[in-house]
Amino acid sequence: MSAPGAKLELLGPPIQGPSALGSDPRRFLRLTWVLATTDFRLRFFGSALGYLWQLMRPLMLFGVLYAVFSQLGLGGEVKYYAVALLTGIVLFTFLSEATSESVRSLANRENLVRKIEFPRLAVPVATVLTALFSLVLNLLPVFLFLLVAGGRPRWTWLELPFLIGALGLFVLGTATLLSILYVRYRDVEPIWDVVLQATFYASPIFYTAAYVREKANETVLWLMMCNPFGAIIQETRHAIIDPSHESAASAMGGAQWLLIPAFVTVVIAAIAFQVFNRAAPRIAEDL
Amino acid sequence: MPKQSVPAIVVDGVSKSFRIPRERVHTLKETALHPFRRSTYDTMHALHDVSVAVQPGEFFGVVGRNGSGKSTLLKCLAGIYGVDAGSIYVHGQMSTFIELGVGFNPDLAAYDNVQLNAAMLGLTKTEARKRFDRIIEFAELQDFTQLKLKNYSSGMLVRLAFSVMIQVDAEILLIDEVLAVGDAAFQQKCFDEFARIRESGATVILVTHDMASVRRFCDRAMLIEKGRIVMIGDPEDVGQHYLELNFSAEARAAAAQLTGAVGEPATEPAEEVAPVETAVHGDRGVEIVEEWVQDEYERRTAAVPNGEPCTICMRVVFNERMQDPIFAFSLTDDHDRIFMDAGNVNDARGSGAFEAGESVVVRISFNAHMAAGRFHVTTSVARRGTGLDVLDRRDRIMSFVVTAAQETSGMVLLPYELDVQRSEQRAIL
Repeated sequence: MSAPGAKLELLGPPIQGPSALGSDPRRFLRLTWVLATTDFRLRFFGSALGYLWQLMRPLMLFGVLYAVFSQLGLGGEVKYYAVALLTGIVLFTFLSEATSESVRSLANRENLVRKIEFPRLAVPVATVLTALFSLVLNLLPVFLFLLVAGGRPRWTWLELPFLIGALGLFVLGTATLLSILYVRYRDVEPIWDVVLQATFYASPIFYTAAYVREKANETVLWLMMCNPFGAIIQETRHAIIDPSHESAASAMGGAQWLLIPAFVTVVIAAIAFQVFNRAAPRIAEDL
Repeated sequence: MPKQSVPAIVVDGVSKSFRIPRERVHTLKETALHPFRRSTYDTMHALHDVSVAVQPGEFFGVVGRNGSGKSTLLKCLAGIYGVDAGSIYVHGQMSTFIELGVGFNPDLAAYDNVQLNAAMLGLTKTEARKRFDRIIEFAELQDFTQLKLKNYSSGMLVRLAFSVMIQVDAEILLIDEVLAVGDAAFQQKCFDEFARIRESGATVILVTHDMASVRRFCDRAMLIEKGRIVMIGDPEDVGQHYLELNFSAEARAAAAQLTGAVGEPATEPAEEVAPVETAVHGDRGVEIVEEWVQDEYERRTAAVPNGEPCTICMRVVFNERMQDPIFAFSLTDDHDRIFMDAGNVNDARGSGAFEAGESVVVRISFNAHMAAGRFHVTTSVARRGTGLDVLDRRDRIMSFVVTAAQETSGMVLLPYELDVQRSEQRAIL
């Protein structure tokens, strides 16, 4: 009775072990959505001043940096340096929050991973999604500041969803890769902290492309734009704040060069998915 | 069940092993510094070529000791672990419960937790909403749906967790050790619910080491040990086998500890030996050299099923001539209460004469009607007379276990009959 064999063809395919995406994409999407919204609400409704605290981090950083750097003239010959600074900070907050939360995301949900079969990729994706919600909220004061400072709505604002989409893909790839690496290598966390710090200084956040062009040279600016994050900040400033911020294409000296940051983004995302997909069946036992 | 029905679960030659690295390279730094160093690891075979088929509607128990691989099997069935070899076929909607309340977030209200749990299990939003009402009703928590779980009492939490588990429309349920939690009343509720599930025709795989629930619910049971199937069959037989396996392993471990302590006096000083309390009144012409317990087929054993014949033996060597010595056995339980004394002190015929150098085996045989538990044997030989002039005596020199299918708070478990006699008089309507 316990010897199977004869009736196997009646049973359909054998069950698969755990995987990155699972067999049902709707289940993956719904789980990701529920995880992300739950996390987001937890953060928000945990305290009375939820939204204010949420804004506090980028705004505090903005206040400090503005106090220091506006005196130094790091803006170069561009309009609305303050808003440009805030934009950079808000985008960086997204990058930093999404990736550093993702590093430990699988380990933090160890209990779930070891006890329930679900599409594993939902965990880092949900973490990035939660950070994306915060980004949208954080962008509200950016627009407020811009309008107060004298900026006016322009058609190029429509670029914003695409820019956020591109940044989202870049962040998603990085976050996914970090989360799966952390399962095996626990020093990913401090290493990533350092990399984030370096990214902060190596991207046009508290300075502008114009300033780099003025103080350093074209090559440095070109290299900066090879980093997808740098290119996206620059283009966001160009599209949202004021045309006096040059576009990413012009900062690189031609639109064709933009293929480099685009390529980097896609390659990171592809590698991340490959690595995650291969490691997914063993996450439960490797943690 | 119809004969040609498709099994609910087929496990076909499944093996699963875990790699346990000897020196765990936990950092990117080390990997980067020594890119070509092969990390060495031990392979632990958790499951070895396991094959079993579970029929639809069966309540199937999986029992085994800690580390036997039973939970690994469950996780393979649940799809949490991938298998190394073989395949698992599941026919029907399956639901897994490895732990009560897994993934509950204390900062969320019951509603959100149930939704989260439903998303984890892959239910749609509508299904989840419908399910929520049933869950809350079953858990009797209607007034507390907006309360955060951290403000729940532990009883409420367990109730919620359990009804989350039970209120799924799965055709196959995998359940692991959930009965370990909760008080008696809650366990009763679990039992009732299992009975209901059983009635409803769902297939249930229950992984546990609680033999009582296996006997009570399971149609069939499987015993695994060291990742291999020891037996599949009637829960009663499997339960018996499991208890024997369990206790004999325990006895072996105890014996190994004992001999280990005697064998290596240099490494482990006297403390190791002290707790054994072996008072030896030797050097008086008689020596008890060996003692053991055997079953009715004269096989040595460390576990005796309740009610079965058992024989306790001691081997005695006489160093000088002895007339009518008195042999005695004493059984004490774990609380040092004397359970039974047996010997020939009152036997007027005497045991006879023994020459120097003679070796004899003394036995007492009885049916082990005691309740389940451990019993310690003290053996002694005394000079003829009152039995107080002890020549050799081994206090609590060995122990054995009595296993019983039935729980009792009494000291003995005698065969009995219970019947109800109706009164002849009847009320006239």
